Amino acid sequence: MTHRRWFTPWLLAGPAILWLAVFNLWPAVNTVILSFTNAKPLGGGQFTGLENYGRLLDDDQLADALLNSIVFMLVCLPLLTVLPLLLALLVQRRIPGITFFRTAFYTPVIASAVVVALIWGWVLDDRGLVNGLLQQSGLTDSPVSFLTDRWLLLFSAIALTVWKGLGYYMVIYLSALANVPHELHEAAAVDGAGPVRRFWHITLPGVRPTMVLISALISVSSLRVFSELYVLSNGQGGPGGRDMSVVMLIQMYSRGFNGHLGYASALSLLLFVITLGPMLFLMRLNRKAA
Amino acid sequence: MTTVREPATTRPANAARGFNTPSPTQTAGRYLLLVLVLLLVIGPFLWQLSTSLKGATEDVYTRTPNFLPDQPTLGNYGTVADTIPVWTYALNSLIVAAVCITGNVVGCTLAGYALARLRFRGAKLVLGLFLATLVLPGEVTIVSQYVLVRGLGLADSLAGVALPGAIAMLNVLLMRTAFAAVPVELDQAALVDGANVWQRLWHIGLPNVRGMLSVIVIFTFIGAWDDFLWPLIVLTDPQKYTLTVGLQYLNGTFSANPRLIAAGTMIAFLPIVVVFGICQRFFFKGVEEGAVKG
Repeated sequence: MTHRRWFTPWLLAGPAILWLAVFNLWPAVNTVILSFTNAKPLGGGQFTGLENYGRLLDDDQLADALLNSIVFMLVCLPLLTVLPLLLALLVQRRIPGITFFRTAFYTPVIASAVVVALIWGWVLDDRGLVNGLLQQSGLTDSPVSFLTDRWLLLFSAIALTVWKGLGYYMVIYLSALANVPHELHEAAAVDGAGPVRRFWHITLPGVRPTMVLISALISVSSLRVFSELYVLSNGQGGPGGRDMSVVMLIQMYSRGFNGHLGYASALSLLLFVITLGPMLFLMRLNRKAA
Repeated sequence: MTTVREPATTRPANAARGFNTPSPTQTAGRYLLLVLVLLLVIGPFLWQLSTSLKGATEDVYTRTPNFLPDQPTLGNYGTVADTIPVWTYALNSLIVAAVCITGNVVGCTLAGYALARLRFRGAKLVLGLFLATLVLPGEVTIVSQYVLVRGLGLADSLAGVALPGAIAMLNVLLMRTAFAAVPVELDQAALVDGANVWQRLWHIGLPNVRGMLSVIVIFTFIGAWDDFLWPLIVLTDPQKYTLTVGLQYLNGTFSANPRLIAAGTMIAFLPIVVVFGICQRFFFKGVEEGAVKG
């Protein structure tokens, strides 16, 4: 389209380009620069070469955090690729009241992770709902320490992540299911294929690209987990700080007197490197779809 | 459960109901499953709501869960406001959300239109840079964003919380896609009639991208209202906290009274539910048409 003055497009795109440069590109560059310094939250910082990177290799808490991320991903991947698909199949048919159910199933997605974690923190408390029910039914004699045990805390955070993510991936699957040609189902039904066979031979191949997409999304979000673990462990990262995630470490080092922005930046770059694989894979998928 | 095979005589009626119409038993089973999932999803929220309405004299730790408060009271909502300035926190969250919504609506509309409809030198490079930022998870640059905001003198201020997200790169790209989908003939016709860029944007572009704009407004509100990590890093003065940071402060600092925390979470949660409840028809309409792609 034509425009009379050469600077009109720059005027329109100006604010966004300013934000692109100042709040996105510069911080990306500066993360690399900071990672070679010993900058502190209260200012200052000298060039310290590869010191921060050496520290990465020798950080037990980071090793724990990476292990936590791997466990997080390994549990979330199967659960969050399969359960939301089943949920989408359940709410796919337009029966009376279905909009209400769809909206209700989406509610945990729009709630803040802080709100959700506080709710689950109370449900899983030593004297909370789940422990009350467990003891009432005689399954356990003493409360299960969901929030104070190193592994139980991690699995509690995983459980609430799965619970919060169901609706999100359900919607993506719903959209994919809407794109599976209805005629295929009809033709198969005419040929005598039951619901189970139609699921395996028509639905599943139809949503396979979406499954791949969702797996990549889950991989990235498992590496970025923060609020759930932070709030469930009350900012402490569990017993001995062993339930930290990489992002929790970044946050920890960016604050307070013991903070170390240089090391936090090195951690940020590590996070970038480990998310890059699934991220690039996602970008390729999106380009193919577009 | 037994399934009754329908006699052949009902076949035409069945056919009239359309392909693959479920039997009443199947439908009942489906509703049963729906209700079960509903309990699992909504249950924890209701439990929290119930806890927030229980009075100080009612035991909240009973082993047999008491879902209905004996004597429902709003007292906890008053008490939580005495413990932390919860209404100030809500207002702070609202201010941040309002700044982000305004910035995104204006900034992304203008840039999206320029990138979709105007030809200019460097457009490809700019678009490529916008796209490139998408591989950067926000957490990766959060430390240097903090350094930047501190350098601008905005550490520990709401402006510092709101500013970086006031124009989101993803929204620029979404608006560009929306404008690109408007038939180019409309623009050309307006051009023949002598309309300038602003008139074309206002009278032809905008009315055709309302759907995308409302999606951006909803998700910007939710994103700003729910955000935790960034305000947690920027803010240090408890008077300036946003709701999410304030809630964690309440949870972590004061010997926890579950009733107060429950009241606080409800104050943070209910506005989101109301906003989404009003706007959900925009959202699921798109899903139904297969328009939302991961």
